[in-house]
Amino acid sequence: MIPPSFEYHRPSTVEEAVGLLSSLGSEAKILAGGHSLLPMMKLRFAMPEHLVDINRISELSGVSVVGDNITIGAMTTENAVIADPILNEKVPLLPEAAKLIADPQVRNRGTIGGDIAHGDPANDHPALALACDAVMTVVGPAGARQIPASEFFLGTYWTALNDDDILTAITVKAFPDGAGYSYRKLKRKTGDWATAACAVVVALSGGKVSHIRITLTNLGPTAIRAHDAEAVLSGQAVTDELIKHAAEKAMAICDPAEDLRGDVEYKTAMAGQMVQRAIAEALSRAN
Amino acid sequence: MAKQIVKMTLNGQQVEQLVDSRTLLVHFLREQMNLTGAHIGCETSQCGACTVDIDGESVKACTHLAVQCDGSDVKTVEGLAENGVLHPVQEAFYEEHGLQCGYCTPGMLMRSYRFLQENPNPTEDEIRTGISGNLCRCTGYQNIIKAVQSAATKLQDKETASA
Ligand SMILES: Cc1cc2nc3c(=O)[nH]c(=O)nc-3n(C[C@H](O)[C@H](O)[C@H](O)COP(=O)(O)OP(=O)(O)OC[C@H]3O[C@@H](n4cnc5c(N)ncnc54)[C@H](O)[C@@H]3O)c2cc1C
Ligand code: FES
Ligand code: FES
Repeated sequence: MIPPSFEYHRPSTVEEAVGLLSSLGSEAKILAGGHSLLPMMKLRFAMPEHLVDINRISELSGVSVVGDNITIGAMTTENAVIADPILNEKVPLLPEAAKLIADPQVRNRGTIGGDIAHGDPANDHPALALACDAVMTVVGPAGARQIPASEFFLGTYWTALNDDDILTAITVKAFPDGAGYSYRKLKRKTGDWATAACAVVVALSGGKVSHIRITLTNLGPTAIRAHDAEAVLSGQAVTDELIKHAAEKAMAICDPAEDLRGDVEYKTAMAGQMVQRAIAEALSRAN
Repeated sequence: MAKQIVKMTLNGQQVEQLVDSRTLLVHFLREQMNLTGAHIGCETSQCGACTVDIDGESVKACTHLAVQCDGSDVKTVEGLAENGVLHPVQEAFYEEHGLQCGYCTPGMLMRSYRFLQENPNPTEDEIRTGISGNLCRCTGYQNIIKAVQSAATKLQDKETASA
């Protein structure tokens, strides 16, 4: 399986890359880690006439901190996310969850930006971005703009990015002191996408939930935030009963596609399990 | 046209080749450079038979373009042995029967070679996670794990001997 022919471009700055994208139009695609795009090209699901390889734009990789804001360059690889000391200290959900993505070789190439920009509801970073209230920095011909994760994922393989936009960075807030977190992902084997997965971030104040995010992977056309499930727990001293009730609320908004991983009923049932386990684990880590 | 000159270090040698931009690294290695060590198992980034080392990282060569390697240092299984002497990882796979049909072996060797630099003294669990991107349909993995453990010891002995 060989990808269809294309012209290869390797810009060394973001400006150069945006310039190429706007002059080449919709026939051009960004090449990041290539671990979603090249497989799609082999299958002719994507047939770009130009590939703009952004791997040599060094300003797009790495993690930096300004106050409470942690900014992750879009070209930061999964293995770099796993190893990063800042992320492990301040947003430990991201490195912990990245370990559940693909396998060591794929994680050397796959980038957090590519995982998000691809718009695949099976990818893990979209739900993680929603759980962390991430803000995307996007650069297009008119300059840079910020898009919150809640407005970024529009549909399957469809995001707020235009053809000539580059996602340059993902910014998240450091977790509040004592926050608990969890990512529970049911998969058939190492390197598989989720049958169902759930991310939870929770903070407690006086034994009651003061902050909560519950988000879901591969259970609808995009990653989903389970607002109703969060509302069940918000302000409460959590009991097993409430966790069950929250899971039911999350299951009610699941709309998974049937595939080899299971039918709708099975995936929705597994979503309920993942939600319960993620809430319980996040709470056990919160103080 | 869509052809480009690519310069890279390949198993320690400088090479300069005209490459079609759509050529995958694994096809470049096998068909253009006649290095048939990296195998094509699945062609879909699942099996790891095509694993090579690019700039000190394990990469699946079926999901990487040859043109992306311009300026890179690429190592394949052909570059492991030096002056006809097997690399400790190769020796260990041979001694511990870490292979049967051998199809997965070049990928297993290249991944183990890199993994033992990332983690010179791994536990069994860490080995299993470290080679989780490589499938073997013959051995049941048991002897592969033993081979990686034995290679770790050999490499450490070598390290202490030269220290
Ligand atoms: C065997 C295997 C298992 C996998 N398992 C998982 C898994 O469990 N969970 C998971 O989340 N993913 C999984 N993946 C997908 C993998 O994580 C991909 O690397 C990721 O989806 C895409 O990131 P990339 O850097 O490779 O992007 P690419 O493949 O290069 O690009 C993907 C798309 O996004 C666009 N794009 C990329 N970067 C940018 C940017 N900065 N700005 C604008 N557009 C951009 C590209 O044009 C393309 O359309 C798996 C992949 C493989 C091969
Ligand atoms: S051939 Fe590359 S991973 Fe299987
Ligand atoms: S030895 Fe046959 S596939 Fe591994």
